[in-house]
Amino acid sequence: MRTVQRTAEDRVLRRDAATIAAAMIAVGASFGAIAIAYGLPVWVPFLMSTVVFAGGSQFLAVGLFAAGNPVAAVVAGLLLNARHLPFGLAVSEAVGPRLRDRVIGSHFLTDEVAAFTLAEPDPARRHRVYWIIGLTLFTSWNIGTALGVLLGGATGDPDALGLDAAFPAALLALIMPSLKDRATRAVALTGAAIAVLLTPVLPAGLPVMCALLGLLTLIRPRRRRTEPSC
Amino acid sequence: MLIAAIIALGVGTYSMRLGGVLLRGRLKLSATLQRLLPMAAAALLAALAGTAALMAGTDFAGVARPLGVLVGGVLAWRKAPFVVVVLAAAATAALLRLAGVP
Repeated sequence: MRTVQRTAEDRVLRRDAATIAAAMIAVGASFGAIAIAYGLPVWVPFLMSTVVFAGGSQFLAVGLFAAGNPVAAVVAGLLLNARHLPFGLAVSEAVGPRLRDRVIGSHFLTDEVAAFTLAEPDPARRHRVYWIIGLTLFTSWNIGTALGVLLGGATGDPDALGLDAAFPAALLALIMPSLKDRATRAVALTGAAIAVLLTPVLPAGLPVMCALLGLLTLIRPRRRRTEPSC
Repeated sequence: MLIAAIIALGVGTYSMRLGGVLLRGRLKLSATLQRLLPMAAAALLAALAGTAALMAGTDFAGVARPLGVLVGGVLAWRKAPFVVVVLAAAATAALLRLAGVP
């Protein structure tokens, strides 16, 4: 019975992983194609997709590389990727207890991996979810990059396929169950509103980090609870 | 120079990933703080979804993308399977663009 349920859960996980992997291949292909279109050497997108493995910062960096500003690319990319630190804190137990797991597994941490891992209600299964999604996304992102380099502009515009809507919708679907909790909902919605409002005025990366200010909604005046009833 | 920049970005990003993962074991977090971590992650993920849905760079992302995400969000709220949410969001945005909606 337990095995049957487990297999069913794994089937759902694999199907969900395949969905997000297909989208990653398409966006990875556009990354590879854009890097080549910018006139960067062929090894650049490959090295970035394996060594950096963070889509947003890779798109940002190739633009700045092409503009001849590699220092800005590093600074802006690191700022954009600062969110991986709190994500690392949140998924730490899922990565694994052994140092080897942590040293290798940390590299596969992305937004989607954090979202999938934390969406798994059973803490005992989170290790499995983390590694399956992490390895699937790393593989598909690199396959996509290679396809983009090989096919160039023939890979098409990911926006025409609506992929720019697919990724935020995927994140929404993954955090939706956690939003049932009233406190989490207040924190998340306030954080998202802060980030959207700050996006036009702050450099990329900072608005999302400012979403952590949503945690301030947890501070409630104590008076109501301690107010004497007599 | 290019290779040094890529390695620096890669090493820096990896350090933040590993730093978070290792730090958790070092910190003796109180129960309250432990409860905050998934909430902090939810805030970051909601912010990523919100900014990616509404903004393109520092400008608004137009109409097609937010409407696609909205359709996906409603389906997710109605507990539709993940695949359906993602495909519906993409299809909505794609079809709107095909119809000339920005």
